[in-house]
Amino acid sequence: MPGHVVSVRVYAGVFLALLALTGLTTWVSYFDLGPMNTVVALAIAVTKMLLVILFFMHVKYSSGLTRLVILAGFFWFAILVALTLSDELTRNWTPSPAPWSILLPLIRGLL
Amino acid sequence: MADTAIHNAHPSGFAHQFEDMEQQHEAGSLGMWVFLVTEIMFFGGLFACYAVYRALHLPAFELGSRLLDVRFGAANTAVLIASSLTMALAIHAAQTGKRKSVVMYYLVLTMILGAAFLGIKFTFEWRHDFVEHLVPGFGFEVRPEWGAVGQQVPMFFCFYFFMTGLHALHMIIGIGILTVLTVMASGGRFDEQYYAPLEVSGLYWHFVDIVWIFLFPLLYLIGGHYAMAGGH
Amino acid sequence: MSSTVTDIQHGAPAESSRVHYLNANYGIKSWLLTTDHKRIALLYLGSITLMFFVGGAFAVLMRLHLIEPQGALVEPDTYNKLFTLHGVIMVFFFLVPSIPATLGNFLVPMMIGARDLAFPRLNLLSWYIYIVGAIFTLYAAISGGLDTGWTFYTPYSSSFSHTQVVPVALGVFITGFSSILTGLNFVVTIHKMRAPGLTWFRLPLFIWAMYATSIIFILGTPVIAITLFLLGLERLLHIGIFDPAIGGDPILFQHLFWFYSHPAVYIMILPGMGVMSELITCFSRKKIFGYSFVGFSSMAIAVISFLVWGHHMFVTGQSIYAGLIFSVLSFLVAIPSAIKVFNWTATLYKGSISYQAPMLYALGFIGLFTMGGLTGLFLASLATDVHLNGTYFIVAHFHYIMVGGAVMAYLGGIHFWWPKITGRLYPDGWARFAALVIFVGFNLTFFPQFMLGYLGMPRRYAVYPAEFQVLNVMSSAGASILGIGYLIPLIYLVWSMRYGPVAGPNPWGARGLEWETPSPPPTENFDEIPVITEEAYDYANPHPGVARG
Repeated sequence: MPGHVVSVRVYAGVFLALLALTGLTTWVSYFDLGPMNTVVALAIAVTKMLLVILFFMHVKYSSGLTRLVILAGFFWFAILVALTLSDELTRNWTPSPAPWSILLPLIRGLL
Repeated sequence: MADTAIHNAHPSGFAHQFEDMEQQHEAGSLGMWVFLVTEIMFFGGLFACYAVYRALHLPAFELGSRLLDVRFGAANTAVLIASSLTMALAIHAAQTGKRKSVVMYYLVLTMILGAAFLGIKFTFEWRHDFVEHLVPGFGFEVRPEWGAVGQQVPMFFCFYFFMTGLHALHMIIGIGILTVLTVMASGGRFDEQYYAPLEVSGLYWHFVDIVWIFLFPLLYLIGGHYAMAGGH
Repeated sequence: MSSTVTDIQHGAPAESSRVHYLNANYGIKSWLLTTDHKRIALLYLGSITLMFFVGGAFAVLMRLHLIEPQGALVEPDTYNKLFTLHGVIMVFFFLVPSIPATLGNFLVPMMIGARDLAFPRLNLLSWYIYIVGAIFTLYAAISGGLDTGWTFYTPYSSSFSHTQVVPVALGVFITGFSSILTGLNFVVTIHKMRAPGLTWFRLPLFIWAMYATSIIFILGTPVIAITLFLLGLERLLHIGIFDPAIGGDPILFQHLFWFYSHPAVYIMILPGMGVMSELITCFSRKKIFGYSFVGFSSMAIAVISFLVWGHHMFVTGQSIYAGLIFSVLSFLVAIPSAIKVFNWTATLYKGSISYQAPMLYALGFIGLFTMGGLTGLFLASLATDVHLNGTYFIVAHFHYIMVGGAVMAYLGGIHFWWPKITGRLYPDGWARFAALVIFVGFNLTFFPQFMLGYLGMPRRYAVYPAEFQVLNVMSSAGASILGIGYLIPLIYLVWSMRYGPVAGPNPWGARGLEWETPSPPPTENFDEIPVITEEAYDYANPHPGVARG
């Protein structure tokens, strides 16, 4: 049963783009951008992943069900990370959330 | 070439629980995607733990990351990307009715690239780490020059070995699958009508590539911006 | 393995000459190498029943031990192994696979008008994987046991326990793949192999329940797999990611563990809820009240179940802010379950109700599941959980749901579809008697445990203060009755396979595609795939099957 045929030219283009992005992410890591290093690295990785998913894995030409299944996978992974971090990163927030503690002097001053 | 002339009512490889080949093909693809979702959650557990400890122990992770060789990591990334290309080309060859030797050529090339990846990883990177006493549970030595965060550097290496190890295990399984596919291709099993096993295995192979696309920056590039200042 | 002759006339008397899935082939190879979903369902039925009684044996020993405050039977170390193995076996080897692997495997293709599941060989593989996992666990049980609790908490399990942590973890890890393959098979089958005309909203609610359960299988099970894998590595390497010495957090293990294990409890109850919709409608002769609400509530449960796991960790030192989030979400997850109970009750209203054994189990489920569910709200509330966590209140809460709910639904379903599966009727008098014995025994076992927990008796303790003895003895007495109650169906169901009266295609007058095949069905299920034109639970129509295309 024939499915969608992607041309060799598209494959070659995606391949070169992936190599270029790999070089880019390696190069960027040599500069100190602070927290943006992580953001940029992940953004490039996500871009590479999308290229593989859409073209090598044919998702650009696949059904809505396939896309829903993939989105569900990522969404559930996000749940695991988000709710776990919601504990691990906030343990030291008692008695009050750390970012809000800057308000404490203000409140004391008012009272 | 495949026996396209003798397909009768149903081509070779048709399974009787289905109504027709189209339903079978769709079911096979959906099945592999569902399996890949389980793999997202399987690796996802490790990635989630990584996220936690990287957030809690960033200096230790940066230090550990700098002890890895970025050149090998980048080279391996390129090797895997190339293997995804050759895998896609193998499927393309079947889809467009190329001779079975073309399909086999690309499958074997994919396997060679996969083996190259494993070779670089095991014989260069892992062996070097073992010799340098950087393998947790196998004589890990905390260096005094690591300072206060030294005690947590083994945590980074736990993730390095667990994640790349699990990834390598999936690569090995993938190479096994490719071997089976190559044998099937040599028997003329694939043609424009029937290439679902290639396509479905390709999905698996690309997934393993995507895992590495994330492992590379998360493991090798954390402390990368110090590399020019002395690295490993 | 496929039949060549099939008698399609309903109620045809030529039973002995008719070929069906049980007699189409003989010999052990035809069973061990079968790809027929119905035979695989029976392979699972036998294995799961065995594991149920093994797990039950551990429970019996525990309750015998607890009739004395200082312990009547075993050493405390042994007691720890008893409750651990009871939990491991009952959770992973009985409750999780129970309805999906037996009734699900048998019925999913039949209810949607398919010849088999999408991947029959994967189905057989999933049974073999279950068996291998069970063998590892049983081996571990007899060669030292496990004393960490079924929850395997670190650092005790990773660093300090001297019991068979790795073999049991390996057994559970392996069996997890059995669940994953079953869930994968169901999802693909339900999406791709429904008969023509069978839209989503014409499906039996049992199928919605199987689909929702499969979502949890697929998304949750891999996480416990990686968690146990990491635990095993830490135990073998003596270093790992839960080790505080290198900056690890033992509580992180609990996050990963409960990320699966909370949705797992919905794996255990959702199929039972699916069975409930089938039983209540048939034995009230009425279509379900609020079909879409019941169907959507299954999906809502599957999704929300993944957002609440931290309620198992309120007293572990988890951040209070995370605790707040998990508490609110835990209250939310109760809503879809409540919707189901309202809808089943509304279905009963003005129904023409009969009290055969499956219905007795279903009615018992409504009451007992509701009690179990309501007591969960006490535990979802942060402040009350501080008092109740780690006590027998929790034990009673989950046994009301798992035993009063899931096991009753399982037994109800087994009884309901028994004629279809075996072609035989069981003695309904004995079945009703057993259902009542089970109901009485269950309540006598577990209601006192609510009181014990509220009064402060901790769980997983081999000894207890003397003032709790009366309630403990009541609970143990109930357990004996319950144990006998479970043995009775084992006897008459096995007996009926040889000596029970032959069943026709639809002894209950139920609606559903599975009831339009002979009992037992032919290997291929349907000679022609039916075309569906009417809604599910069409009990108002006095002539079932007339409207079929």
